[in-house]
Amino acid sequence: MFSKFRDRKLVEKVTQKIEEESKGITVRIMHVCGTHEWTITHFGIRDLLPSNVEVVAGPGCPVCVTPGSEIDMIAELSTKDGVAVTTFGDVIRVPGTRTSLSEAKARGGDVRLVYGIEEAVRIARQERKKEVVHFSIGFETTAPMAAVEILKGPPENFSIFSTHKLIPPAMEFLLKSGLSLDGFICPGHVSTIIGVKPYRGLAERYRKPMVVAGFEPLDVLLGILSIVRQVKEGGWGVENEYTRAVREEGNVIALKAIGDVFEVADSWWRGIGRIEASGLKLRGHFEEFDASKKFGLEAPPADYMPEGCGCGEVLKGVIKPEDCPLFGKECTPNHPIGPCMVSLEGTCSIIYKYRSLRW
Amino acid sequence: MCLAIPAKVVRIEGDRAEIEIGGVKREASLALVADAGVNVGDYVLVHTGYAIAKIREDEAEEILKAWKEVLAEG
Repeated sequence: MFSKFRDRKLVEKVTQKIEEESKGITVRIMHVCGTHEWTITHFGIRDLLPSNVEVVAGPGCPVCVTPGSEIDMIAELSTKDGVAVTTFGDVIRVPGTRTSLSEAKARGGDVRLVYGIEEAVRIARQERKKEVVHFSIGFETTAPMAAVEILKGPPENFSIFSTHKLIPPAMEFLLKSGLSLDGFICPGHVSTIIGVKPYRGLAERYRKPMVVAGFEPLDVLLGILSIVRQVKEGGWGVENEYTRAVREEGNVIALKAIGDVFEVADSWWRGIGRIEASGLKLRGHFEEFDASKKFGLEAPPADYMPEGCGCGEVLKGVIKPEDCPLFGKECTPNHPIGPCMVSLEGTCSIIYKYRSLRW
Repeated sequence: MCLAIPAKVVRIEGDRAEIEIGGVKREASLALVADAGVNVGDYVLVHTGYAIAKIREDEAEEILKAWKEVLAEG
């Protein structure tokens, strides 16, 4: 099934159509998903596009937009006696404002990498004398797992530090900011959870076409073609190209679990700032599993970026990674300085690794 | 982080499934796709140990067919 979405002839046809349909107009499209950036860069999609059609990356990497102050707090917590912090591999090297989880681990902190939150709960069951704190990070795709595990009733030595964030409010923030954009490729996996509906109001309010797309080269190209056609005709509809995985209403079981466990709150996005109603925090009656209450992890957000780092502008699609003075010089995947170079889904890291396909 | 991988369901037991990704077998929870009618042989998208969507092959065919028509319009 997947090879059909890599069909060379069809790719050529779609590319040709994009060129035809975009004659005489310029189209600037943003995607908000690290995996879309991977598809675009890995398969050299930007090289297939005419120069008047541009695709830029937005804040599609949850690790990159987690504030440095939250990384500091969780890293320092891991060094406390009797506490173990569980998290995903992507997060561990991301610099906070003073420290990182890998630095804390080197200082003797108990930091454990897990494949999913289920594994973190299992650790808590096996090690009842440890306070196991899961660094619960991610967009709508990752929040349902945390919600389900909380609803199942984890042991009392388990808690989560929720920094979950929501994508549509961030899209709205960028649209409101007046960034020059003609349309959005909406994130495929986030959309399996939230469905197509949340984008409809956005498209209407800001008169921008939006397309939910999958992750094969043809998925992305069809998404681009659909936006180009709409821009040409002056339309702003929402289309679902990823129907094989995304339903209009989303995953209703997942949405219910999220709603039962979390409430929407304002949230701070690293490099971008505070975005209204863009985060998820545990509801009051799940307070016993809320690490921020249990360990007093409440600090004013500090929007720190390493000196000279352009991640903030990269995350907003204002500059390309190559335009950052540190990119590929002081800052590389082996010696990352900013969060977008650390995370595997960070735009800088992806562009750096596959740039030979572009230059 | 939001990476989800298509995996083939090879065995189901309650809300747990054994899944296969490129020859590697793992376990995944089907709790979030309980209403999707997942059967052995189906493909699901798996994210951090949970299946989040059943992949519907008929929809994939349908969308490609629709686009081929658009492309043929000239």
